[in-house]
Amino acid sequence: MGQIKSALEIDPDLISRILIDFIRSELNRAGFSRGLVGVSGGVDSAVSCTLAARALGPENVLALSLPYRTTSEQARVHTAMVIEASGVNERTIDITSIVEPYFEIMPEMDRVRRGNVMARARMLILYDHSADFNGLVIGTGNKTEILLGYTTLYGDSACAINPIGDLYKTQIRQLAASLGIPEEIITKAPSADLWQGQTDEDELGFTYDEVDGLLALLVDGRMSPEGCVRAGYAAAFVEQVLRRIQRTQYKRVLPPIAKLSNRTVGYDFLYPRDWGT
Amino acid sequence: MSKFTMGLAQINTTLGDVDSNLEKHLALIKQARNQGADLLVFPELSLTGYVLQDLTPEVARRPSADDSVFAELLKASKDLDLVVGFVEAERRHRFYIAAAYLAGGQVVHVHRKVYLPTYGLFDEGRFFAWGDSVRAFETRFGRFGMLICEDFWHASPPYLLWLDGAELLLLISASPGRGIASGGRLDSALWVERINQAYASLFTTFVAHTNRVGFEDGLNFWGGATVHDPDGKLLVRGPDHEEALTLAEIDLEHLRRTRTRLPLLRDERTHLMTKEMARILGAQQTQGNLPDPGRRQEE
Repeated sequence: MGQIKSALEIDPDLISRILIDFIRSELNRAGFSRGLVGVSGGVDSAVSCTLAARALGPENVLALSLPYRTTSEQARVHTAMVIEASGVNERTIDITSIVEPYFEIMPEMDRVRRGNVMARARMLILYDHSADFNGLVIGTGNKTEILLGYTTLYGDSACAINPIGDLYKTQIRQLAASLGIPEEIITKAPSADLWQGQTDEDELGFTYDEVDGLLALLVDGRMSPEGCVRAGYAAAFVEQVLRRIQRTQYKRVLPPIAKLSNRTVGYDFLYPRDWGT
Repeated sequence: MSKFTMGLAQINTTLGDVDSNLEKHLALIKQARNQGADLLVFPELSLTGYVLQDLTPEVARRPSADDSVFAELLKASKDLDLVVGFVEAERRHRFYIAAAYLAGGQVVHVHRKVYLPTYGLFDEGRFFAWGDSVRAFETRFGRFGMLICEDFWHASPPYLLWLDGAELLLLISASPGRGIASGGRLDSALWVERINQAYASLFTTFVAHTNRVGFEDGLNFWGGATVHDPDGKLLVRGPDHEEALTLAEIDLEHLRRTRTRLPLLRDERTHLMTKEMARILGAQQTQGNLPDPGRRQEE
C-alpha cells in the first residue's frame, strides 16, 4: 500500500459518494430498488457489496456466495466476513454439483476451460436470482482486469451495472480501506479462485502495483510506449501489456453486427441506455 | 434595477422526457419565486437531458408561444426571468444545443452553443449543428451574455461578451465529472470553478454558473453552481452531487466600483487585437492552415 504512485491516488470519500449515488440512480432508473452481488471473499466483490448495501440498504442486497469444492477455507471465511459486516441478505450455493457433471463428460478439459465454465455457472446463478430477487446484478470487475481482459466473457464480467470498473486494483484497495473492509481481505494475494492455489499475479506474470502504474501512464496519461520505457518500465513488459490490451479488445465491446440496412443497431441506431428515465 | 436576486437551479433531468422535465422546471420556478428570486437559471439541456444521441430530433422544440412547452415557460416568465436549456429545432431541420432567456412572457434571447465538444467522451458534433453567434443582450436588470459549457472552455466567447457589454455572464453546463485525484472535489469541478473565477477577475464582471447533477449512462454531473463577483470573489456555491436551488444577491453597481479601481475594460486594446488577429489569420491562410473549418463559418 505504501508504494502507490501519485497518479493512482484517489479521494475515497468522494469516490464512495459518487458510486453510491450511481448504484442507486442507475437501478432506480431501470425500475429496480434491489441488487445482487456475487461475493468471493476478494476485495473487489467486498467493495461492490459494501457500496451496494450503502446505496440500497442491506435488506435490498443479496450476496451470493458460489463456492466450488476447491474454494479455499480462507475465501469462505472472508466471504462470510463481508456479508456479516455489510448486513446484506446471503445465499450460498455450491456450484460443484452443477459443473462436475459437465466436467465428467468433458474429461479432456484443461483448467482454464474448467475455470471459464465455473465463472459462467456463477453468472447463470446470479442472473437466475436476479429474476427471483427482482434485482439487478452489480458488477465486480476492476479497471485493471477489464483492460487486461483478465476476465471470462459472459462469466464474471456479466453484470447490469458496474460501479468499480473505472478503478484500478490499487485504487480499489484504497477505497476498500476507507469502507472499513478488513485489512486481511485487502492485502491478500488476489485470486480468481478457479483452481487451487491460483493467484492473479502468478498467472499474469506481474503484480498489480507494477501494471497499474504502467496502465495509468499508458491509458490515463496517454503516454507513448517509448515514454513509458523512459519512465522506467522494461520495454518487454510494456510490449506484453500493450499486446494483451489489444488482443482482448473484443471482450470490451459488443459483438459486431454485419451492417446491411440503412439503420443498424450499434452504428446509426444510437440511443442512451437511460432513455426516458 | 441594479439589485436583484438570482436563483441557480442545479437539477437532475429525465433523459428524453421533455414534459417531465417541464414539470420540474415549473415546480422550481414556483419555489424560487416564493424565495424571492427575480431570475432563475437552469443548466444546459435542462428540458431534455444530455446523452440524447438519436433522441435529438424527438426532443427538439421551437422557442415560441406556439410550442406547448415554451408556452408554459413564457407564462411563468411573467413574474420571474428564466434561462432554460433545450434542443432548438430550426426551420431547416438543424438542431442546436441552445439556451433561451425568457422574461415578461417574451423570448428575449436565444444562444446556440458555438463549441460542440467532439472528442474523448463527447460526441456533440455528430448530433448537433454549430451555433455561429455570440451576442450580449439587454434585460430588465442589465446587459447579460449566455454561454453553454464548452463555449466557455474557450476564452474567446466570454471575451466577446465582455466587449459586447455583458455585466453578467450566465454560464450553463451539463458537465460530466471526471478526474478523481484531487482532495474533496473532482478535477473537472475545480477546473471549471477556476476559469469562472478567472473570467470574473479578468473581465471585471459577474459570472454565474449552473451545472447539472445526476447520472446518465454512467456519466456523473457534479452540480456545484457558483456566482463570482467582478472582483473574482466567490459569492455563493451550491453543493456538489445533489439537486439544489442556490440564491445569490446581485448588485450590478458593484461593476462601477471594480471597474473604477481596475479599468481593464477601458484599457482593452481591441484594435490592436483585431490587427494582430488579421495578421495571424492572414498568415495561416497563406500557409493553408486555417484553424476554423468552413462548416462553422457564418451563414
